[in-house]
Amino acid sequence: MSLSDVPGSGALLSVQQLTKLFGSFAACNHIDLDIAPGEIHALLGENGAGKSTLVKMLFGVLEPTEGNIVWEGRPVAIDSPGDARKLGIGMVFQHFSLFEALTVAENIALSLDDSIPIGRIAEEARALSRAYGLPLDPHAHVADLSVGERQRIEIVRALLQNPKLIILDEPTSVLTPQEADKLFETLFKLKAEGKSVLYISHRLEEVQRICDRATVLRNGRVTGACDPRLETPASLARMMVGSDVATVTHPDRGNKGDVQLSVASLSVAPRTPFAMPLKDVSLTVRSGEILAIAGVAGNGQGELFDALSGEYPVSSPDAITIRKKAVGTQGITARRLLGAGFVPEERHGHAAVSAMKLSDNLVLARSQSDRRAFLGGGFLKVIRRGAVKTATKRIAAAMDVRKSGEDPAAGSLSGGNLQKFIVGRELDRQPAVLVVNQPTWGVDAGAASRIRQALVDLARNGSAVVVISQDLDEIFEVATEIAVISEGRLSQPFPAGELSREKIGLLMGGLHESKTGSETANAH
Amino acid sequence: MRIELERRPQASKLYGFVSPLLALLLTLIAGAIMFAILGKNPVEALDAFFVEPLLEVWSLHELAVKAAPLIMIGVGLAVCYRSNNWNIGAEGQFTIGAITGSILPIVFTEWHSPAVLPLMLIMGAIGGALFAAIPALLKAHFNTNEILTSLMLVYIAQLFLDWLIRGAWRNPQGFNFPESVPFAPEATLPAIWEESGRAHWAFVFAIVAALVVWFMLKYTLRGFEIVVLGQSERAGRFAGFSSKKMIWFSFLFSGALAGLAGISEVSGSIGHLQPAISPGYGFTAIIVAFLGRLNPLGIIASGLVLALTYLGGEAAQLSLGVSDKVTRVFQGLILFFVLSCDTLIYYKIRIVWSRIRGGVA
Amino acid sequence: MSIFEAILLTVITASTPLVIAALGELVAERSGVLNLGVEGMMIMGAVAAFASAQMSGSPYIGLLGGIVAGALFSLLFGFLTLTLVANQVATGLALTILGLGVSGMLGEGYVSVPGVRLAPIVVPYLSDIPLIGSVLFRQDLTFYLSLALLFGVSWFLFRSRTGLKLRAIGDSHSSAHALGIGVIRTRYLAVMFGGACAGLAGAQLSLVYTPQWVENMSSGRGWITLALVVFASWRPWRVFAGGYLFGAVTILQLHAQAFGVGIPAQFLSMLPYAATIVVLVIISHNRRTTLINTPASLGKPFVPER
Repeated sequence: MSLSDVPGSGALLSVQQLTKLFGSFAACNHIDLDIAPGEIHALLGENGAGKSTLVKMLFGVLEPTEGNIVWEGRPVAIDSPGDARKLGIGMVFQHFSLFEALTVAENIALSLDDSIPIGRIAEEARALSRAYGLPLDPHAHVADLSVGERQRIEIVRALLQNPKLIILDEPTSVLTPQEADKLFETLFKLKAEGKSVLYISHRLEEVQRICDRATVLRNGRVTGACDPRLETPASLARMMVGSDVATVTHPDRGNKGDVQLSVASLSVAPRTPFAMPLKDVSLTVRSGEILAIAGVAGNGQGELFDALSGEYPVSSPDAITIRKKAVGTQGITARRLLGAGFVPEERHGHAAVSAMKLSDNLVLARSQSDRRAFLGGGFLKVIRRGAVKTATKRIAAAMDVRKSGEDPAAGSLSGGNLQKFIVGRELDRQPAVLVVNQPTWGVDAGAASRIRQALVDLARNGSAVVVISQDLDEIFEVATEIAVISEGRLSQPFPAGELSREKIGLLMGGLHESKTGSETANAH
Repeated sequence: MRIELERRPQASKLYGFVSPLLALLLTLIAGAIMFAILGKNPVEALDAFFVEPLLEVWSLHELAVKAAPLIMIGVGLAVCYRSNNWNIGAEGQFTIGAITGSILPIVFTEWHSPAVLPLMLIMGAIGGALFAAIPALLKAHFNTNEILTSLMLVYIAQLFLDWLIRGAWRNPQGFNFPESVPFAPEATLPAIWEESGRAHWAFVFAIVAALVVWFMLKYTLRGFEIVVLGQSERAGRFAGFSSKKMIWFSFLFSGALAGLAGISEVSGSIGHLQPAISPGYGFTAIIVAFLGRLNPLGIIASGLVLALTYLGGEAAQLSLGVSDKVTRVFQGLILFFVLSCDTLIYYKIRIVWSRIRGGVA
Repeated sequence: MSIFEAILLTVITASTPLVIAALGELVAERSGVLNLGVEGMMIMGAVAAFASAQMSGSPYIGLLGGIVAGALFSLLFGFLTLTLVANQVATGLALTILGLGVSGMLGEGYVSVPGVRLAPIVVPYLSDIPLIGSVLFRQDLTFYLSLALLFGVSWFLFRSRTGLKLRAIGDSHSSAHALGIGVIRTRYLAVMFGGACAGLAGAQLSLVYTPQWVENMSSGRGWITLALVVFASWRPWRVFAGGYLFGAVTILQLHAQAFGVGIPAQFLSMLPYAATIVVLVIISHNRRTTLINTPASLGKPFVPER
């Protein structure tokens, strides 16, 4: 089903055998793809499939190693984002390219040609954003805006160039279900104007809802090109993920044990000007439960994790209890000694140090909790390298961590493998309480499934688990209870069976009286 | 033409070793060019600078004398820099250590006892540590950049010493020279052994300090903590370490070593206190730390190399008539090339001559 | 001329080099580069200016020599930190040590040689205004240049497109790169501008402040410049005000020493350095405001992916 098979067929964009090598690793491997005018084309694939790399080449950020790009029938070389824009390609990255200290208008101006004065840009931006249903105040500082509002800047910025093709990289990963609906309306409007959209996602439901055709990538290669509406989720998944990735066995939703972790009316002031305050957060987790906290990025997840882990102790000791002990004012070491384990969101520079070996990264998390095993020499606290290396080997084997060499630097592992190690490092201790923030963000399907299964198994063995996640699919897979965090407030928990996506979306919107809330109310 | 960098997945062990050697080689080449421009025979000049000073025994003693404070301070700075605390004021801590260590011999001239020397050394170390506590406090509790504060304190320390020596601590029998009373024998740091000439115990202190810090960094949890906090404060916090406590530890530790170096130099090499007690040891030690790749064993070697540049400068001045400023230039060049060559450890360098497009017709 | 006017004149002369160097460093830091080598660039400018003035007989050639020397010297810094991505703190120190060493060597022949002085330019009519006239309009060229720099840098940063791009790079070099803005190219230019300004400031020292060459004559002004930029929260007008504050402290303590105030000379000499520390503490201790004002990518290494 390739348009380029028919010469002069009028494909807007045609990619032929496009390849990108990083050293010997082929992020994109001889990819063929066509997009017709007025088409919403999905680029499907799991994390690490090569989607972002492909579009970075289309936008001039990366240089292809081999292959051709054909635009409106002519071969082109796209050497910079400026070239791409001149051709008529616009892009909205997954990670925004915004300048916090500058205003919305200034941010937009920076991505346009020099000749237009800023005053005019501000007015055009305001008008265009309203026309497409994504209102923006041009004079607001980006630092003050929510994630959803920031995405609007990116979209308006791209639309002001009047592109023929607009590329969106995982746009709904930072949106509530209602915000996502609004985005889809905008995309349909674009399609009606004859513009094309390249929609990158790993979410099958959305793709089936809005896309005309889809190209599926796996490990850098095209594994399928189809009309997603004619496929089933299973067939699409098979193209995306290949041979069986184990499905996660459902958690046991039966009888639960004692309360292992509880938070009572926790309020925390924001630590930095851009942080989210926590407002009156309460939760309890029992043995055998997996409490999932759903929420779109930027609603206080990181701040909640910091308070739970003890990296930033709070003022009231009773606000947080672990195994019946009041630990609110205590640090992470005291909490680990009580049997708690923590997996932060950021792999590089928080959960692990990329430049250090895996065994050193084991010591990072376990030097205090396992001091008898890993430290010797009395007050000297000499690190027992032998014991540490043995434990590292054990963890790597248990979690099937693929790495080059016995004990390589953490930075040389892929995202999924490093995450397996980081989670395995905590599981190795059989913690009574485990708090995980974004367990499978940026992780390939195989590793993700293994990590989720490990979490389910841990709960089954009697631990209390908290999973903070932006991925609703993941939450429905592993949770026994679900609560929603929004603007620093936590909803009451609901048994997992009682919640649907829509209800969660409403909870995300309805927990606070903000602009977003009233807009979502007006949208339906 | 463009130079592009490609990050290595792991730091190159090979280049970790080769980089300082390469830097020294480049320095020699640059130095040869410099001598040639100055109108001197490059080979003769480099020989006078680097080889001649190693050929005489008394000169080797001088090498140990100059290397001792460089190694001692450098080792302390390694702990600081590894933990991302940029103590640039070691020269000031050296000076204050020299002052506090000299209290006993200058103010209490009548007290003769074998306890004087050990006490002097301890007081010197404490003085250096307390002076280093100032930038530590300002960074830990007032979020103030330690580079600028520690540096400003250097000027303040030197002015303070100047005032002391020209005023209250001037030797009344000294013919109005700005010098203190000469230290009594029991207040003088002795030679290491009979034949070691001017080389005194400071060198031993320096080697011991280097070995202790090497052990700490490589084997102990404290060493691990230093390295982790230097790489990522967040990861250090996750591990249960406190970056605030590390600010205090690193500054007090390096301040103490600098102060000890200060009193050792005054007591062992000079024999009395005077306004000029250091040819910039505190700053040269920064170069020593980097050339030694922030590794105490490397610092022993690099301390000797930089001590050699001091001797070489004097030798070149005598035999070639070249300005002794040449020492500073060499030292600056060494640091420059070390920093350049260090890039190879973390990145592969590619020189791109032209853009090769991907298969466009 | 009254004593008051005479003192004001000296304050201007003492403050001008700080203002010039700080405005240059401000532009560099706004683009995200922390150049600690200001002291080195300044002293190289001083020796180059002195030497060029001696060799040509003209102090204006001297000024030019200082500017060129500062800019070229800063290129070394740029190459190491922007192309080779070396540690910015250590490289700045290397630049300072090298600068102090090379300038000492180059300047040896010029010690105790009488310098070529940059004479004041008397602006017609305006200089006849009582008080203001004699103080402001009988200054040497470097003072007028400092004013031009103040207005120029302000306009450039906040009213021009290129200035907006530069500030954007300072906020997030990765975002700027993703938008196709030439991060490294802009930073090289910013660093060279900073170097040229530092060189000009050094030239002022050896051609106006004390028309002489003395080894290490910058006496830590380069470091004070760095503190000044932080103190001014990276804003040009505050740099100007702060520069005059420091200049005043520097020159007034000298006057106090000459005047014979009861305080020992060494303690008076400590004042500028102590004042720097105090000022830094005051401006930095509020973490919130520091975070908001500091260019977010300052000092961070940048390696574009290709």
